[in-house]
Amino acid sequence: MAEVTPSEKQQLSESTVPMGFNVIVREFKKDKVAISSLVIIIVLLSIAFIGSAIIDTRELMKVDILNQYANPSSQHWLGTDISGRDVFGELIVGAKNSILIGFSITIITSIVGVSVGIISGYYGGIVDNILMRIVDFVMILPMQMLIIVFVTIIPKYNIFSFVTIMSAFYWVGKARLFRSKTLSEGRKDYVSASKTLGTGDIKIMFREVMPNLSSLIITNLTINFAANIGIETGLSFLGFGLPSDVPSLGTLIGFAKDSDVLVNKTWVWLPASLFVLIMMLSINYVGQALGRSADAKQRLG
Amino acid sequence: MWKTILRRVILMIPQIIILSMFIFALAKAMPGDPFTGLITPNTDPNRIEELREEAGLNDPWPTQYVNWVKKAVKGDFGVSYVKKMPVSRVIADKAVNTIWLSTFALILTYAIALPFGMLAGRYQNSFFDRFVVAYNYISFAVPPFVLSLLMMYAFGYKLAWFPTNGSGTVGIPHGTLEFYVDKFQHIILPAITQALLATAVTIQYLRTEVIDSKGLDYVKTARSKGVPEGKVYTRHIFRNASLPVASTFGYEITGLIGGSIFIETIFGYPGIGKLFIDSLNGRDYSVITALVLILGIATLVGTLLSDIILSIVDPRIRIQ
Repeated sequence: MAEVTPSEKQQLSESTVPMGFNVIVREFKKDKVAISSLVIIIVLLSIAFIGSAIIDTRELMKVDILNQYANPSSQHWLGTDISGRDVFGELIVGAKNSILIGFSITIITSIVGVSVGIISGYYGGIVDNILMRIVDFVMILPMQMLIIVFVTIIPKYNIFSFVTIMSAFYWVGKARLFRSKTLSEGRKDYVSASKTLGTGDIKIMFREVMPNLSSLIITNLTINFAANIGIETGLSFLGFGLPSDVPSLGTLIGFAKDSDVLVNKTWVWLPASLFVLIMMLSINYVGQALGRSADAKQRLG
Repeated sequence: MWKTILRRVILMIPQIIILSMFIFALAKAMPGDPFTGLITPNTDPNRIEELREEAGLNDPWPTQYVNWVKKAVKGDFGVSYVKKMPVSRVIADKAVNTIWLSTFALILTYAIALPFGMLAGRYQNSFFDRFVVAYNYISFAVPPFVLSLLMMYAFGYKLAWFPTNGSGTVGIPHGTLEFYVDKFQHIILPAITQALLATAVTIQYLRTEVIDSKGLDYVKTARSKGVPEGKVYTRHIFRNASLPVASTFGYEITGLIGGSIFIETIFGYPGIGKLFIDSLNGRDYSVITALVLILGIATLVGTLLSDIILSIVDPRIRIQ
């Protein structure tokens, strides 16, 4: 065999198909909106986290009834709410809470959903049947209603129980998605080869099959993260989300259920609404860009 | 065909049984029973206990479950603690409002989504297509309560084009033309909001299907036969592209009954969604239980309908 010269070597490495993280970087470089969305997300996240590290939550949540619904001023940048609390401070801390809760629900549902999906799809047979019947059952439940009912009837309700209730319902969609992907992935030669070599099932599932689903997992995680922030703020908006002493974007927007606040005191609800809106739009866009980079047919570059 | 439907219906029976057990357990976990609302400082605790005994609340759980199911099948969900009316009547009153609103919203949804999806797919990458893609992305990402509030703020209060509360003005006699015009005015803003939120899925499906169909053999055949380009889209491609849209239609029917909690709460529209939230705030547990059960069954029926519709329009997927 002929020697490969260094220049040829370089050419070879340059012509290789971009893989993994490089694909994502390439895709984002081609997509200006995706880059700006990413920047917006990072800016909003830093405002929420750095801001709430500075703000003293206990001081913030103190009721100051004399200052009820004060107009925006140099002291209260976005005015105050019904209890005289500073809306700007609540917005920052609320944003941090909503983001953290959305994030933990996403992580929990992903771990459970992806594991159940991969196990179900990999083993098939009875395991698959049992797991999928459970999934089918949860899928047909009127979830939104049941979550609200659970929130009302659970004694000693706190953030932890809220995250648990939400996660208990929202893992099923993921389980079904990743089961079908594992079904098609499990038929590929590398899995059979690995089985023949005597690799353990667990190692095949989580060290070999799962990395091949990683781009799908990342895309799904991102779009889900946005959806979960939306669900949390929505439930808090209705008054069935976070406990009332924990600031949330939803609680702030919820003040607008009173038509006087909606019309005359826009400083209470509008900033939080816009924050949620911009956050959702940016995360969704980044999610879609990630999805495109995972699908070779849709890639921009 | 009938075999498929029968098989699918039989599959639903165990689901309904498990659902009812689940909801019965949930109802038992809720605080209070039908007599809690009667207790006043002057009530004799022994009398309440007697009433409970009579109503069978001290029976073993399986007996209670069977009795509960028997009553529920007849449409008897007990009495609302708050409204002192049969639960079935409370729900029926509100269901009428929700069905009006959702039907109108559904018509609007398809009136927007079908032309948008078809034209965006046909003129891919045109200015209109880009507009539709952007619109779709926003309507998918915007949280329903944020859009509702903004719509309410802009069109209900600032521009004052629409009434901002309820489903009709009190005092207009039933049946007159004025009555229906007034009802329509109350429905239109929540319906538009609901439609704007609901179009995303349909547009997405249609657009992708149309783009994928463009180069297929049957389309080429139609063109080479000399079918006008417009007809190729409206007749040939539309029929095939509407398959996935048809399959979601069953779920839309569930939405007809369930309504939207957010939209009804924000627009103050007295439908099922608002009834649910009001009942929770008033701790009216018999209404809550009935609503969850009805909505659960509606979801099941919606799934069933989707499967049946899909097997009618697409014979390939019928179960053998």
